[in-house]
Amino acid sequence: MASPSNNPPLLEVKNLRVEFPTRRGTLLAVDDVSFDIAPGEVLGVVGESGAGKSLTGNAIIGLLEPPGRIAGGEVKLEGRRIDNLPYEEMRKIRGHRIGAIFQDPLTSLNPLYSIGRQLVETIQTHLPLSGSQARKRALDLLKEVGIPGAENRIDHYPHQFSGGMRQRVVIALALCADPRLIVADEPTTALDVSIQAQIIALLKKLCREHQTAVMLVTHDMGVIAETADRVAVMYAGRIAEIGPVRDVVKQAKHPYTKGLMGSIPSLGVRHDRLTQIDGAMPRLTEIPPGCAFNPRCTFRGQRCLVERPNLMAAGASRAACWLHDRGGVGAPVAKELVDA
Amino acid sequence: MPDGSMSQFVKIEGLKRYFDVSAPWLVRTLEGRPRQIVQAVDGIDIEIAKGETFSLVGESGCGKSTVARLVVGLYPPTAGSIEFDGNDMAGPRSRADMAALRRRMQMIFQDPYASLNPRWRVFDIVAEPIRAFGLAKDKADLENQVGERLRQVRLTPADGAKYPHEFSGGQRQRISIARALASHPEFLVCDEPTSALDVSVQAQILNLMVDLQRRLQLTYLFISHNLAVVYHISTRVGVMYLGRLVEVAPTDTLFKRPKHPYTRMLLDTIPDLDMTGRQRAPVAGEVPSPINPPTGCSFHPRCPFANERCKVERPKALPIEGGTVACHAIEEGRLGVEERTYAGSAA
Repeated sequence: MASPSNNPPLLEVKNLRVEFPTRRGTLLAVDDVSFDIAPGEVLGVVGESGAGKSLTGNAIIGLLEPPGRIAGGEVKLEGRRIDNLPYEEMRKIRGHRIGAIFQDPLTSLNPLYSIGRQLVETIQTHLPLSGSQARKRALDLLKEVGIPGAENRIDHYPHQFSGGMRQRVVIALALCADPRLIVADEPTTALDVSIQAQIIALLKKLCREHQTAVMLVTHDMGVIAETADRVAVMYAGRIAEIGPVRDVVKQAKHPYTKGLMGSIPSLGVRHDRLTQIDGAMPRLTEIPPGCAFNPRCTFRGQRCLVERPNLMAAGASRAACWLHDRGGVGAPVAKELVDA
Repeated sequence: MPDGSMSQFVKIEGLKRYFDVSAPWLVRTLEGRPRQIVQAVDGIDIEIAKGETFSLVGESGCGKSTVARLVVGLYPPTAGSIEFDGNDMAGPRSRADMAALRRRMQMIFQDPYASLNPRWRVFDIVAEPIRAFGLAKDKADLENQVGERLRQVRLTPADGAKYPHEFSGGQRQRISIARALASHPEFLVCDEPTSALDVSVQAQILNLMVDLQRRLQLTYLFISHNLAVVYHISTRVGVMYLGRLVEVAPTDTLFKRPKHPYTRMLLDTIPDLDMTGRQRAPVAGEVPSPINPPTGCSFHPRCPFANERCKVERPKALPIEGGTVACHAIEEGRLGVEERTYAGSAA
């Protein structure tokens, strides 16, 4: 595991807020989110749909869709603030210092250009290379991401590739300028399980070899468990728990994480029923006061109804839950989560 | 456990469905292109006993959803037969008799956003099968029945006045289930009912389906690509690859002693949530196109145990350990049975 304490973090996100002004008032979709990623580290961001995980990723790469906007906080890449840059300057960073991989490989590629042309264009935008040098680099990248017969395939069009191969092309595209950070938003969700494993193995290998930091956004806990060094669990726009992946998966400290892990059917033991968290994540318009999870929480105490918990130390992780505030008045009690 | 002597509730024999995906006639003639046929389902046999959950798993394009649609009659089969409780679904019968059979089977679809009419109130959506089959005596009876179905899926009768967009994904899937239950079916075909849902909601829906099965003695044909979900819910499992069944076995046997190399490969790809440090073995290659499936055993190009025979001769399904396996390597004894243990399971 990378140790974020020794080397300065590559990416620092501090108190990030993303809001959407609507006719009925402003919705806070990402609320006070802070984390950092060290070089060569994979940070997994998990949560259910609507938890704000993709918005956090999009805010970092500067691709929030209007009317969404960053309403507060800061994003620093290699010590330099990037959240307030003008569009053109951000464009230079995106693709050069930050690579992005999206869920659907078919929509991230232009169907009218051959993949070679798309790669060469991206390479020449960011690196001072001649046409033939750029083509050579494109070819090397395709080989690196494991496209068989890259010499022939480079002049093919996206529709001539299968889903798994297309996602490899998208990864090659993200790697064009040797970025320091890759933001991968559900990179394996559209793929079959056997292809998923290939893509995950590839991402891990590239991250190790290039010392690239990866922010891996997904709803799939299995992918996180295999790939990430640390994981942040998001709920209703906030981080509920963040810590080393092993601790979060095996010894969840937040009741939501605990429930989420229990609701995943596992092999080996067949329970009569799966653990279920009743209810659903609240809509952004209906986030309850206090802890956003309190209506669904089985450990709810008085304090949870009125006061919103911030991240606090809980074992090796940090969790936003009053369970871990020892001696707090009206805080809930649950031995199994605190001492586990 | 079902066996041959028992009369099967649903019996599928030699089921095939081919789709013609050729270019139009004129283009074919001018450019000399051949016809192109997708062999989506290429001869499968399934028997499902009353009260059990039979699952079909496989990667996208293997034909599992086509089987679901064939079984409920949304597609006519190219060849083969489907028997439901002793009645051949293709046999000649009057409209009324057909409706009586149809009432007894219903389907739940994958996408709860696309499978509900956005312009209908939930009441009308759930009432549709009751009206179509004439199952309500009068208006009060109809209201009663719809209310009862909504309660059965843990919604309230008052929800009937709302429109689908007012509900979350999980609640919409409950509405789909209520609609499927409205005609008092005995057999439900569930095509990836939880794939579009978040895990915590998936757990709610799976628990609900298990509860309903017990209470109403339902028989399920469950289609999924998620092996962990299949392990949790099924009595027996069939593994499909390129339109064919490669292995059928009772759930525990399939997961603990998988036989077909493709089944083993699929099990290897399940992410490791127990953090045992087991690495997923990435499998080389992808599913070939069903337009031009490989000769012989369709899995041979990806199979580490393939030999000359596998390339030319299509393997037959052979009975083994309460199920069937279609694999030459297993038949010849070249490939031993492998015991698998999972973290947390009793040895």
